[in-house]
Amino acid sequence: MPNADLKPETLFKYVLRLADDQLILGQRLGEWCGHAPTLEEELALANIGLDLLGQARSLYSYAGEIEGKGRGEDDLAFLRPEREYLNALLVEQPNGDFAVTIVRQVFHAAFMVPFWRAMTASSDETLAAIAAKSLKEVEYHLRHSSEWLIRLGDGTQESHRRSQDALEELWGYASELFEMDALAEEILDCGIAVDAAALKAEWDATVNAVLERAALTRPADSWSQSGGRSGRHSEHLGHILSELQYMQRTYPGLSW
Amino acid sequence: MYSQGLIGADGSTHEDAAFLEAFQKRVDAELKIEPNDPMPAGYRKTLVRQIAQHAHSEIVGMLPEGNWITRAPTLRRKAALLAKVQDEGGHGLYLYSAAETLGVSREELVDQLLSGKAKYSSIFNYPAITWADIGTIGWLVDGAAIMNQIPLCRCSFGPYARAMIRVCKEESFHQRQGYEIMLTLCKGSEEQKAMAQDALDRWWWPSLMMFGPHDADSTHSDQSMAWKIKRFTNDELRQKFIDATVPQAEFLGLTMPDPDLKWNEQKGGYDHGEIDWDEFWRVVKGDGICNRDRMKARRKAHDDNAWVREAALAYAEKTAARETAVAAE
Repeated sequence: MPNADLKPETLFKYVLRLADDQLILGQRLGEWCGHAPTLEEELALANIGLDLLGQARSLYSYAGEIEGKGRGEDDLAFLRPEREYLNALLVEQPNGDFAVTIVRQVFHAAFMVPFWRAMTASSDETLAAIAAKSLKEVEYHLRHSSEWLIRLGDGTQESHRRSQDALEELWGYASELFEMDALAEEILDCGIAVDAAALKAEWDATVNAVLERAALTRPADSWSQSGGRSGRHSEHLGHILSELQYMQRTYPGLSW
Repeated sequence: MYSQGLIGADGSTHEDAAFLEAFQKRVDAELKIEPNDPMPAGYRKTLVRQIAQHAHSEIVGMLPEGNWITRAPTLRRKAALLAKVQDEGGHGLYLYSAAETLGVSREELVDQLLSGKAKYSSIFNYPAITWADIGTIGWLVDGAAIMNQIPLCRCSFGPYARAMIRVCKEESFHQRQGYEIMLTLCKGSEEQKAMAQDALDRWWWPSLMMFGPHDADSTHSDQSMAWKIKRFTNDELRQKFIDATVPQAEFLGLTMPDPDLKWNEQKGGYDHGEIDWDEFWRVVKGDGICNRDRMKARRKAHDDNAWVREAALAYAEKTAARETAVAAE
């Protein structure tokens, strides 16, 4: 650990936030299995979900090491209640129609690309290494989801309406991604964290460019929601966890 | 399972004797038939039917396993299952492409599936109720698929044979993964062992049915054998599968749900009890426990997302029109 003043539980929480985002979004994408618009998209959604799950696993394992209490990836994913889950509200929002799933993915990937790029310069070698691998993955996620949003926005009247609706529905969840609280600031000061607030300009530029090509209108910043980083979630998370954690909760302490 | 692809297949063909003889000569010389080669209409029709049914089986087969992606018991298992289901979708893609080389479009094939005209393997009309079912599907269902598909790597039709080589490599990985799930369960608690036994009890007979009807009841099999679309009979493949699988079950400490199953020294293989063919035909004809759910799920995915495919098409047309307009300036 590069800074002796930094308490392990602080970094632990920071890494958990990051891990929870990827796991919950990956779980949502897994729900599409067998129900996607085309066979190619079936594979793409599973592939993106698998990338996110892989990122989450590396992050949970690292979080467990930082915590030093012997908890591994599965303890952290399957045995924490919803108030201890620290993901942003955006990623737990339901899949909705394909437009909602794609807009959610664009918002997330447009944030994660600059986030992971900045994290490659972290003084924490493990996070820097995870960032280098994840960056390549989210660059593809961004390209994939942006190309879809352009097709939906500039496709038919119906697809345009659905994607504009999806934008309005999710817009208020985007701002939480850029929040910096005391915990994030403390880790930023140690040279480990990324200044999420500083990524807003790039996110805006990326999203604006996609919306322009998609002939979609950027929604007004009239509302926003947050609370996920301190475990205050929407009602959706409980249902996600009841599926995700079903086996470990029903049959505690077994190997699978 | 792809022996089932030949159920009701009409291999009848109308070419003259000289054409058929020349074709048979090529097949007998083990020369691969390629898409642009002359081939009897019956050969083409039989292959389209079998390859399409194989593709549909991969796609419908994603549903029972997809049922467990969100509930897999560990992150490692979740990742492996997600990757596996993705492989199945990939197999569906190569197979549809192989069928397309025979002059039929993917849209037509998908329409046949959704309208109920085309079938898929009967096995996917059984429900994946517990986590042990995921292990059992890998072990038995993929195991039975491999038995069917290894000879298909030598199928006379080139694109199908080549697709099968890759498919078999991935299936054998899935089979080992499934067996490893079973091994973990069988080394686990009493509850886990009971879960494994219950899954075997439910999946064993349906797995045997994957090989299709007894040879005596298998119509059109001879023609497919002569054309080297098929290399072994249904009963031969079923026997190979049983002989390979019984020792695996013994190693797991599980009991096969067949009191008549015993080693026959003379034939060097296992004898088994009678398969419930009434159940088989019921499921093939659409009355299995999940037939209606599976079709409903596929139709819903298709219908609910029609607007997405229409959008992609409209965008492609607009883009092409814009490019033409720019070029004209």
